[in-house]
Amino acid sequence: MAVPLSYSLRNLWQRRLTTILTVSGMALVVFVFAAILMMAEGLQKTLVETGSYDNVVVFRKGSTSEVMSSIERKQASIVEMLPQVAIDQNGRRLLSKEVVVLISLQKKGDEKASAHSNVVVRGVEENSIPLRPQVKLVSGRLFRMGSSEIIVGNSIAKGFKGVGLQGALNWGMRSWTVVGIFDAGNTGFSSEIWGDVDQVMQAFRRPVYSSVIFKLQNPAEFPAAKGAIEADPRLTLEAKRETRYYLDQSEMMAKFLRILGLSLTIIFSIGAIIGAMITMYSAVANRIGEIGTMRALGFRRRNIMLAFLAESLLLGFIGGVMGLFFASFMQFITVSTVNFQTFSELAFKFTLTGPIVLQAMSFSLIMGLIGGLLPAFRASRMNIVEALRAA
Amino acid sequence: MMILKILFRNAFHNKLRSGLTILGIAVAILAFGLLRTVISSWYAGVEAASTSRLVTRNAISIIFTLPLSYNEKIRQIEGVKTVSYGNWFGGVYIDEKNFFPNFCVEPKTYLEIYPEFVLSPAEKKAFLADRKGFVAGRKLAAKYGWKIGDGVTLKGTIYPGNWDFVLRGIYKGRDDTTDETQFYFHWDYLNETIKKASPQRADQVGFYMIAVTRPDLSADVALAVDKTFNNSLAETLTETEKAFNQGFIAMSGAIVTAIQMVSFVVIIIIMAVVANTMAMTTRERIGDYAIMKTMGFDGRDITVLIFGESLVISLTGCLTGMLLTFPAAAAFGHALETFFPIFIVSTETLYLDVLAAILIGCLAAIIPTRQAIRIGIADGLRRIG
Repeated sequence: MAVPLSYSLRNLWQRRLTTILTVSGMALVVFVFAAILMMAEGLQKTLVETGSYDNVVVFRKGSTSEVMSSIERKQASIVEMLPQVAIDQNGRRLLSKEVVVLISLQKKGDEKASAHSNVVVRGVEENSIPLRPQVKLVSGRLFRMGSSEIIVGNSIAKGFKGVGLQGALNWGMRSWTVVGIFDAGNTGFSSEIWGDVDQVMQAFRRPVYSSVIFKLQNPAEFPAAKGAIEADPRLTLEAKRETRYYLDQSEMMAKFLRILGLSLTIIFSIGAIIGAMITMYSAVANRIGEIGTMRALGFRRRNIMLAFLAESLLLGFIGGVMGLFFASFMQFITVSTVNFQTFSELAFKFTLTGPIVLQAMSFSLIMGLIGGLLPAFRASRMNIVEALRAA
Repeated sequence: MMILKILFRNAFHNKLRSGLTILGIAVAILAFGLLRTVISSWYAGVEAASTSRLVTRNAISIIFTLPLSYNEKIRQIEGVKTVSYGNWFGGVYIDEKNFFPNFCVEPKTYLEIYPEFVLSPAEKKAFLADRKGFVAGRKLAAKYGWKIGDGVTLKGTIYPGNWDFVLRGIYKGRDDTTDETQFYFHWDYLNETIKKASPQRADQVGFYMIAVTRPDLSADVALAVDKTFNNSLAETLTETEKAFNQGFIAMSGAIVTAIQMVSFVVIIIIMAVVANTMAMTTRERIGDYAIMKTMGFDGRDITVLIFGESLVISLTGCLTGMLLTFPAAAAFGHALETFFPIFIVSTETLYLDVLAAILIGCLAAIIPTRQAIRIGIADGLRRIG
């Protein structure tokens, strides 16, 4: 017959201080573990949602981001004529030739002169807006083509100085007025500034485009379009699906965060496992008499072992739930940092997903299990007579 | 002396528990030390940078270039000793995973401005004479097994194509903090090649490095440089090398803050573990304290005993952890050489270790001490058995 679970529960309650201390140690480990995974997930999710599956990004072969790429006007026109490019109801091609540069802007809040960060300025055409259905204007209006007007993403408007509505930025010997703020949800576009491509190219003296983005007429035609672009001897270009392109840009950073998170939590969990072990050893030592009595009543060694294992698994369970409870509040936080790969500012949210919850809970239970294994084993090996004498 | 003996006897009364606690603290101190070192190596570039060197770059952002013609104009400014220039090349060696910083520079003046890159005279001469030559840091050359005279090819990401180089010198760092993982080649090699392929990108410089005659002139020189090019097509931003490097770190500030926070979390975790140990120890020893009280020892003596025991445990753990930090940091630094070229445990970290251990020991003893002091003699004696 098994020892009832309530026995283990009551033991934890009986020694409240010790239980709270052990559980909070474990909860912190779970919190850190979950928080770092949530950060990596949020970064990746933001960049993946930036791309659309049926859009294609074309950039110069060998460059790893749009900023490094350059496409001559002639080459861009060749890409424009591809038969795979979708056409809208007005008969226009859904293709946009864009230029991407970085400018350095001062962050809000910090007075230090060094608190600058690189922000993406994207010169776009009229077609860029239908190509990015995520982008929605929240205040002001769109810029007029052919003027020095710009619209900014809401993460940039929130995080940087002088980019609010009607703010003016200076570059290329001109003043640029912010006429609108757009919200692109959890995507990289929320961390960008948009203006007319021809004006931006002129201001930065960049006679070449950075990338060409187009929508496929039929999403399945991607291999054909890719083949046509990469086989054309006049073009030294490469094509990727937009989703793939942005996923690649998050890879290095997400990997860095995951490795950091994993190595940290492994070290931390050693501390928490030791904590659980200490608690369980002392739980066993304080209850030698009880164990003897239970054995005398007819409970088997296996049952005793299971009872103590259940107790330490409960510790792990409570720790895991507590850690996740606090970690779930992190979802309200938005982090803004420079993505090493593109060298530009990117805002993203901590994101909690089902797999992260599962990973964190199993991690916590494993900590409890390892911590309780040896003490439970010791409890089950006790000799009945000696144990009863100790009481 | 007597009290110390009691403290040690008490601390190691329950060997298993104390051993586990000490192990836990050692691991925590080790983690804390490593995290602090990660942060300080993040700042290593700032520490190694000099305030008497200035960096001039395009005011819009680092990706925009400056015309080569600025070189002569900067040289005419009062207080400027040497001017050098270069570009971030951003080449990839075989695979993107093999990252190391690679620049093209004007070699003669650049080596003058950076006396901490030590090259033998023969190697220096060979490097200056060969336009396709490059120099690499000692650690970088060792990592890929390059020997003098070896050919190395980088794939350009900013400047397309495959670029061939010949290793002409391996520089050593003058100080511990000098980065020995960098790759430098001739700016002329880049410029001449670019001129043929895309002439509009030629004669452009990514940054100017300026050495000033006296360090206290840096601010004036920086202002004078920026003023010279004010209202031109390529306005400049000049700052000390330190501020320039600091700017890069400020960009990844969120990550540094996260690591910093996590390094304190590990201390809190271990505090919970030690507090737990002390709570259990005092609970077991309540009878002893009751007897001591009967004999006339007061609350202060018991406080000393509990705090002392807690400190003995936490400091022993701390010492073990500190001793482990050095070999661990060496292994860790070796594994992450690409990210952190400089990975040295600082004295400040060791002081912080001790401080953290004392904090852990004291805070962990507070609640148990209160319990032990408050308990009545009769209650305490009743608990025996």
